[in-house]
Parts: sequence; C-alpha cells; structure tokens
Amino acid sequence: MIAFRDVVVRYPGAAADAVRGVSFDAATAGLTAVVGPNGSGKSTLVRALIGRVPLASGTIALDDVLVGGLSGDERARRIAVVSQREDLAFPTLVSEYVALGRFPHLGVWHAAGPEDRRAIADATASAGVTGLDERRIDTLSGGEWQRVRLARALAQSAEALVLDEPTAFLDVAHEMAVFELLHRVARSGQAVLLVSHQLNLVARFADHLVLLHRGAVAAAGLPDEVMRAEILEPVYEWPLVVTRDPAVGAPALVPLRGRTSAGRPNGQ
Amino acid sequence: MRAGRWLLLVVALIAVSLVAIAVGTISIPISGLWDAVRGAGDPLSATVVRTLRLPRVVAAILVGSGLGVSGAALQGTLRNPLAEPYLLGVSGGAAVGAVVATALGLGVVLLPLAAFAGAIVAVVAAFVVARAAGGRGDPRVLLMAGVVVGAFANAAIMVLLANAEPNVVRNALWWMMGSVGDATWPQIGVLALYIGVAGGALVLFGREIDVLALGADAAAGLGVDVDRATRRVFLVASLVAAATVAAAGLVGFVGLVVPHIVRATGVRRHRPLLIGSALTGATLVVLADLLGRILMPPAELPLGAVTALIGVPFFLAKLRRLT
Repeated sequence: MIAFRDVVVRYPGAAADAVRGVSFDAATAGLTAVVGPNGSGKSTLVRALIGRVPLASGTIALDDVLVGGLSGDERARRIAVVSQREDLAFPTLVSEYVALGRFPHLGVWHAAGPEDRRAIADATASAGVTGLDERRIDTLSGGEWQRVRLARALAQSAEALVLDEPTAFLDVAHEMAVFELLHRVARSGQAVLLVSHQLNLVARFADHLVLLHRGAVAAAGLPDEVMRAEILEPVYEWPLVVTRDPAVGAPALVPLRGRTSAGRPNGQ
Repeated sequence: MRAGRWLLLVVALIAVSLVAIAVGTISIPISGLWDAVRGAGDPLSATVVRTLRLPRVVAAILVGSGLGVSGAALQGTLRNPLAEPYLLGVSGGAAVGAVVATALGLGVVLLPLAAFAGAIVAVVAAFVVARAAGGRGDPRVLLMAGVVVGAFANAAIMVLLANAEPNVVRNALWWMMGSVGDATWPQIGVLALYIGVAGGALVLFGREIDVLALGADAAAGLGVDVDRATRRVFLVASLVAAATVAAAGLVGFVGLVVPHIVRATGVRRHRPLLIGSALTGATLVVLADLLGRILMPPAELPLGAVTALIGVPFFLAKLRRLT
C-alpha cells in the first residue's frame, strides 16, 4: 500500500503550493486512480513520489516505510513508475529498453541472471509486446510504445506500479487493452496507482477514485461516490451529466455543449 | 554487437598501428618490426621505432580512446548527439592554460600541466555557472554553461595572443592544432594510468548512462539520482578529455564523430558503445597521425585537422541516413 499523508509540495520559486495537504491510500491488490483537471497536482504527486520534487511537508509511505528514506534503487525495486513524458535521446531496441527495468536490481556491478531474464520474459508477455523485441523504439506506434513502457515497469518486479497518463494518445482499443492489463496487474496483488484523464474508463476499472482540485482532494471513494455531477461540475468548471455505462452500470460522464460568456450552460 | 565486429575493430586498430610504426621517412619491413621494438636488428630502425614511432602510436591510441569514451559518455548522459568534451569548455580552458604557459615560456614539461589545470578550471567554472543558473544536473543547463565557458576562454586566448611575441603565437597555434609527435614514455605512462582508470569508470557507469539517456523522470523512476549521476559522468568524462588535451593539444572532432560511427554499426547500449568508441577513436587518431606524417613529407599536417578531415565524411554519411 502506498500512503500519502498531508502531502504538501511547492515548486522552487512558485508563489503557491502545487499540492496542498493531500492524503489517500493506494491499496495493495487494487487499482487507485487520481483524476482531476489539468494543473490540479496529479503529476506533481508522482514526481514527489520519485523524488523529483521535494515534499514541503507530509509523508509518502510504502507499507509503513517512508519512501523518502529509501535509497533510489531500494525505492525502484519496490515501486515501478511510468512517468508522463519520456523521449529517448538515442533509440534502443525494445528488448534492450525492457531490460532496463532490471537496473534497480543489478546496478552497475551485477550481471543479469536467470531471475532477471525470467522477469523480463514475464513482463514482455504480460504487456503483450512479445514479438517486438527486435524493433527499434522509434519505429513503434503510440500504442506499442506505451505497452513497451509498461513492460519495462513490470520487469522491475515491484510491489507497486505507478503510472502517469498511460493511455495518452491511444485509440479506444489500445486504451482498453492498457486498462485491462492494469486491472490484471492489480488483481495479481500489486498496488496500482494511476493518474488519468479518462474518467469513464477509470470509473469502470478503478477500485478507488481520488479527485484532485487545485492541489487538494475534492472527493475520494468508490467510483459511484465520486462520479457525481454535483461533485465533478464545480471541479471541471464545465456543465456535465453523469449517466450509466449500459454494459456494467458504471457511472459515465457526458460533458454538455453550449456555454455562454457568463460561464453557465445555455437554456439552463 | 556481434563478436565478429569486435574482432574487426581490434584487428583494424592493430593493423593501422603496425602500419603507422612501419611507415615513414625510414620504412621498416613488417617482418623487422618486432626486432626493432625489442631493440634488436638494425640499430637505426630500432632507435626510430623505440624513441619516435612507438611512443607516438601509443599516445595516439590513448588520446583517441580517451576522446571516444568521453564523447560517447557525454552524448548519452546529456542526451545530446552534439555533446562532446570540447564543446563543454574543456578545450577552451586547456588552451588558455597552454597559451599562458607558452607566453610565460614555461617549456614543454610544464605546458601539459598548465593545459590540464586550465581544463579543470573550465570544467569547475561550467559547474559553477550551471549551479548559479539553478540547474546543477540539468543537461541543457550544463551544455549551455560549457558553451559559455568555452566562449569566454576563446576571448581570453585572443586577448592573450593579440600582443604576444610572434613565436609565442606560433607555438600556441601549433599546440592548438594537436599533435602526438612529442609524446615521451613518462608522459604516456601517466596518460595510460589516467585514461585506464577514468575510462574504465565510465565503462562501469555505462549501464547508468543507459538509464540517464531515457530522460530525467524515467531515470529517477528507475532509482537513479539524476543530478548526481549526470554531474559524475560530466566530471569524469571532462577529466579524461583534459588528460588527452594535456598530452596532445586539441584533436578535434574525435569525441563528436566516433560515438556516431559506432552507433551506426548497431551498437546502442552504452557499455559496448563506450568500449567500441575507445577502439574506434584510437584507430581514427592513429590513422590521422599516420596520414598527417606521410601525405606531404617532410611537412607534417596538424593532427586535429586530419581527424576532422577524416571525420567529416563519416558525419555527412550519418546525416544523410538520418534525413
């Protein structure tokens, strides 16, 4: 379980806190999704987790161990992160890229052993990128690239998986495939924490939803408890209705058209 | 990289080195090389080989491998295909040190030390500038800091040379064009130790450079302290380059072009890339030194110019493949 407690983050030189006292848990064997408008502090939480921005106050803990107290490789052996942006300066082969997931286990001294090769093979199979091994990263489609990045994170054999917008730029089928995969990973016992804009997908797959608004938690709970028009409308500042997904009955958000300069929807 | 390609690189280096030892004003048959190296056989050949050509070739191997390793490590770490040791203030700082030493008449013994000191000062200055700019481990900031320090060093050289004696200007210019012709065995010993240790450290860090090349966020996610790791590679790679500059002056283009040549053969991970760049850099510099000696005898072409003349076509071919 990853536990965020009263996390406050302020970027150097910024006038205000980017994250203002956020607390929530990403449970083991569950899919927790952090949602919210652009600039609400979602990615900042991920950056704080990997130590790219310092915590002004509060704690992030993995199973009662403070993440900030772990060394870099210790943390990376326990929490795998797929960050939002990544572009390789010099493209590698997919196999070489996925193998980098073992870096926290090997460091610069140890040679890869059978355990590492097994972890890489398992990750490649779970992410559904078998057969891409000999392809170069810069020849992959957007969907393949996202799955290859997932394979690298899975190869870390960590107990928690954190992803920032893993379905950005993906079409419906690839988006669904990634969410099904994350669902399976969570069911297999990992804590999966996901930052996403895909509210409707998140509502169908996530066990727990955390809605951020201007750096604070606006609502948290089951998808049914968070996906309510009266909660989402003020956060996204856009008129919307919440209906039901016809197949499984999960809440689904439909943003409405039409908006006057006063900021209220037409005819309402 | 497949075993065959490694073999090819090693064979190419050995072959070019043997030719470089054999060919010159006094040509020595390949069959007589081993005797000459041992000091047996024809005494004139032995003297030429042992005091002139062999140190020259060994120095060229060390300088070329140092520049190749340094360039490959910097390109990966700073995530920039244009990064090379000379771009980062090392050459400018070393040149200032060398020009000052020449102007003060310090002589050939102290000149390498002055050049090395100048390079270290420039690297430290680049770090200070980067820190002042608030991006201690940010590749872009480090690159820009290096470029700024280099520009400052060039200005300082022009000021120093503007009113210098003609022979000081000439000596300084010769030094800046690079040469392994004056290499002595003690110098080579120090250089070998230096490049062996620091270059070996870079090869060891190779796997970490693979991770750094993914970008800061991804590298941090894999547990690397990005700022510290970037600074470490920057520092060690700069020291390697500084040692080569102290030994041979400015040998341009090797650090930039060699990693691209090796990448073009399908090497992507940094450990093999660094080792391949060392071998290829060594071959390139030995070849360039040989060509500089034999193309227009008895005149010698400056080593730095010949490396660039060989390197440019490679680079153009690579660019053509990119577009």
